[in-house]
Amino acid sequence: MKNSERHQNAVDKLTGIAQEVYDQLDGGKIPKMMIPLRTKSNIRFDSKAAVWKYGKAMGARSAKKLTGAQMLLRTMYMLEFIEDMIKDSKSSTLREMYYISEGWPKAKFSAQDESNMLAEDLEIITGCMREDFKLRPEEDGARVMGNITIQETDRKGKKKKINCRDDVGDSGYGVPYNVEKEKIEFVDSDADFIIAIETGGMFDRLVENKFDEDAHAVVVHLKGQPARSTRRFIKRLNEEMKLPVVTFTDGDPWSFRIHASIAYGAIKTAHISEYLATPTAEFVGITASDILNYELPTDKLNDKDIQALNAEKTDPRFKDEFWKHEIDLMLEIGKKAEQQALAKYGLDYVTDTYLPEKLGQLGILK
Amino acid sequence: MASIAHELAKNQKEISVSEFFEKNKQILGFDSLTRALITSVKETVDNSLDACEDASILPEILVKIEKMDNTEYKLTEEDNGPGIVKAQVPNVFARLLYGSRFHTRAQRRGQQGIGVSAVVMYSQLTTGKAATVRSKISDEDTAYECDLILDTKKNRPERLREDRVIWDREHGTSIQVHLKGKYMGGKQSVFEYLKGTAIVNPHAKITFVPPEGVPIVFERASDQVPPPTKPVMPHPEGVELGELLSMAKYTESLKMTSFLSSEFSRISNRVAKEVCELAGVPPEQRPTKLTLEQAGAVLEAMKKVRIMAPETDCLSPIGETLIRKGLKNVLGDVKAEFYAPPITREPKVFAGNPFIVEVGIVYGGELSKEEPVQILRFANRVPLMYQQGACATTQAIENVDWRRYGLEQRGGHGIPFGPAIIMVHLASTKIPFTSESKEAVANIPEIKEEIELALKACARRLKTHLNKAEKKSKAKVKFEIVQDIIPMIAEKSAKIVGKPVPELSGTITKIMNVVWIDDEVSYEKKRHHVLVRIYNYTPKSQGFHLHMVVPFDKIDPKSLELQPLEVRDGNKVTWDIKRVSSTEEFQLKFDLTGLSQEEYGENEVYVSGIDAASVIGVDVLPGDWDLEHLKITGELPVDEGAAAEEGEEEDVDYDEGAEVIKDEE
Repeated sequence: MKNSERHQNAVDKLTGIAQEVYDQLDGGKIPKMMIPLRTKSNIRFDSKAAVWKYGKAMGARSAKKLTGAQMLLRTMYMLEFIEDMIKDSKSSTLREMYYISEGWPKAKFSAQDESNMLAEDLEIITGCMREDFKLRPEEDGARVMGNITIQETDRKGKKKKINCRDDVGDSGYGVPYNVEKEKIEFVDSDADFIIAIETGGMFDRLVENKFDEDAHAVVVHLKGQPARSTRRFIKRLNEEMKLPVVTFTDGDPWSFRIHASIAYGAIKTAHISEYLATPTAEFVGITASDILNYELPTDKLNDKDIQALNAEKTDPRFKDEFWKHEIDLMLEIGKKAEQQALAKYGLDYVTDTYLPEKLGQLGILK
Repeated sequence: MASIAHELAKNQKEISVSEFFEKNKQILGFDSLTRALITSVKETVDNSLDACEDASILPEILVKIEKMDNTEYKLTEEDNGPGIVKAQVPNVFARLLYGSRFHTRAQRRGQQGIGVSAVVMYSQLTTGKAATVRSKISDEDTAYECDLILDTKKNRPERLREDRVIWDREHGTSIQVHLKGKYMGGKQSVFEYLKGTAIVNPHAKITFVPPEGVPIVFERASDQVPPPTKPVMPHPEGVELGELLSMAKYTESLKMTSFLSSEFSRISNRVAKEVCELAGVPPEQRPTKLTLEQAGAVLEAMKKVRIMAPETDCLSPIGETLIRKGLKNVLGDVKAEFYAPPITREPKVFAGNPFIVEVGIVYGGELSKEEPVQILRFANRVPLMYQQGACATTQAIENVDWRRYGLEQRGGHGIPFGPAIIMVHLASTKIPFTSESKEAVANIPEIKEEIELALKACARRLKTHLNKAEKKSKAKVKFEIVQDIIPMIAEKSAKIVGKPVPELSGTITKIMNVVWIDDEVSYEKKRHHVLVRIYNYTPKSQGFHLHMVVPFDKIDPKSLELQPLEVRDGNKVTWDIKRVSSTEEFQLKFDLTGLSQEEYGENEVYVSGIDAASVIGVDVLPGDWDLEHLKITGELPVDEGAAAEEGEEEDVDYDEGAEVIKDEE
């Protein structure tokens, strides 16, 4: 679909939402919208795409209650705002849209999370992507280091070839928010795999130790819970350049969820899992077993950590034997560890010993 | 109290009074410097209030504390009481255990004559200085003034100086003492003591001049002097062996029968004879000859003979109206959201002593939500400052399940948390204290039960208010939806689809689907204006009965447009609201005249003949409407209405799922 067609399609779908609300009011009914429930109990494994997507359970957003009524009003404002942007060929960041709501009487968002969620709700209902609504996230600056060459179309429309090792500084190539074909194309690669890293400290350690060159790796810094563009970038590299993906994070429940959002799909964006998730991604560590096997320095699990681990036990994405074992083990030892805890054995230990051992077990490094 | 008397009487010959005082400092309330100062204020103020009450004078009391050096303070206490005749001044102020309240019983602040003389004694022992007393009675031109000390060997007053002085007041008494003490703020302080005193004595004006800072005046909130309390003789039911023996020893009666009939209540000559016969004691025997065995037999006999229950008209409760006035007057700065109508229970009896329990609750405003509630304890209009935990009052509060009444309480036991002050007043001819220091009410089952019943009754009124407030806020939310949000949704959606704005009454009545009743009462020019608005936000027209608790004889007939269907007990008024059409409003209005503002603070409105779920703003008629609503003290049923209301939602609510869907921390 061309850009203009996609935008027209979005306008039609959004107007359809307003029409439905209008018809309910005109018929003397209480207006409501039905939306798939975005909960962990309503995600189902899609075996065709090998990712987790929303199931059939629906929730109602009804004007009967104050929150529902306010959300419906916000929806109307947002529809109008998006349609105006499309008409005027403008676009806005999600943050800008949050601030735009300052001028919406009775419908101001109280936090950006709320406006982001509503934008996602609209994606789910219309089947469009937020880009189709002319909404974009802020740059999140995820970084890439490794011997791959991409071609980026810059803001002036010029196509630039960039080698993500030789043409960039030590901080690597910055991933833009739009990583679709019209923006980024992959030209060439001399890498064997992608390693996605949770923390900046570990990214820098691997870069300084020249792990990208020695191990033929593309090192990607996730910056915590990765943005859509980072996940999409990794997925495209995986599919188009046929590069296997591994994730390397801290050893705690939140890091397990970072891996899950890359490999299985995040609950929050399960409507576009097949577009963002890399089902073949493997988890390197830190696992609870690593904590024991490598005798890593640890911190005690806090109450929130324990709650998160227990929640993961009922999360369908963590239902396999590997995760069951690691989650139970972490609860049993009551400890967590940072990936940089490996420095206990020296700065080179992670690249000389830990990663070769772990990647060897996964069959990625021989 | 009697035990102190005996001990003192016995020991007077052997040890000095000062030695006795030293030994019993704690009992007398002088065991710490802070407490000594509070006790001194308390004893003098109690005396003044009792004196004013006896003479039916509206009390005006001044308490002034000046700091002399590090630990020495000068306390001046002054009243406008009837004054004390010259001959009695030394005995009243400088002789321990002098007083007439020993064998008779009455609801008094001071229960024995140890109070103010102990202050003089303490002052003398700690600073060596004499007390200065000045008193004027109304038929004299000048006041009598003297400096007094107590001869600690003989327990006799000694005058160091006496004089007649000009005093520009008609009558009154003042006392000035120097004493070692410590002036402090906080929960147990002179200020809190006087504040409490002002609450339960709304007829008194109390001025407090602290050592530093500006004078504080607790203004008078009522011009009614409490009626003087009638002293009563002890009722046989509560008399103990030792007490009987001591009474027999000191009586002026010459025969057992006259002793029994003149010094006990509810014992007539005939009953006295019966008792003597049953006990095997000659009716003609001199009471002073009564032996221990005989006394025991008399007690047994008094238990067997049928004796009428004690009189209860000797008690003077503060009363519901005045409790409320007192609380409002003194606690005005907390800007309370609600003063629960106080409860004054009917008199009851323990061990032959009549007593009455009163409870008031102040809620909301600037009171802290996170802290335990404040407890104000009073006995015979005197604040109790110490030993809160040991007091039957506190224990009764802890026993009530406050969660039923809208306060937080872990496990339904203990002191509740929330923005509330709970006031408990116990009035009795004999307050049973846990110890002689008179700070905690003993755990007497009859008293504790009464306190609990009073607390529950008052708490029920609080809960009614809270329910009403909650329903009102729910109603407000729905109003916001239908009045603001729905019209805006309609306008926006119409604009987006390019059609005219739709008519909304169908949607609005479906969302509200209630009859909304809003009531208000305002007071101006000595009239209460009462307005009850009935909005029908249901798709059908509605008819029902509306009930109010309102003194019907105070309704100005000219202001009442809709005549009631029925008036019961003078204050239960029922109107027939025949028909209010869908989306229409009906108003019921009337004025009340001849009531003070406090006497009618909040409307009590109920409905019947309509489904409870379809009315907001008021409650449906309680089942006890016919049983005199105000006397109900049972437990409230747990409110299940709210749960049922949520349950009718057929769809899962998209926005109110508790599950966090984010993968981040």
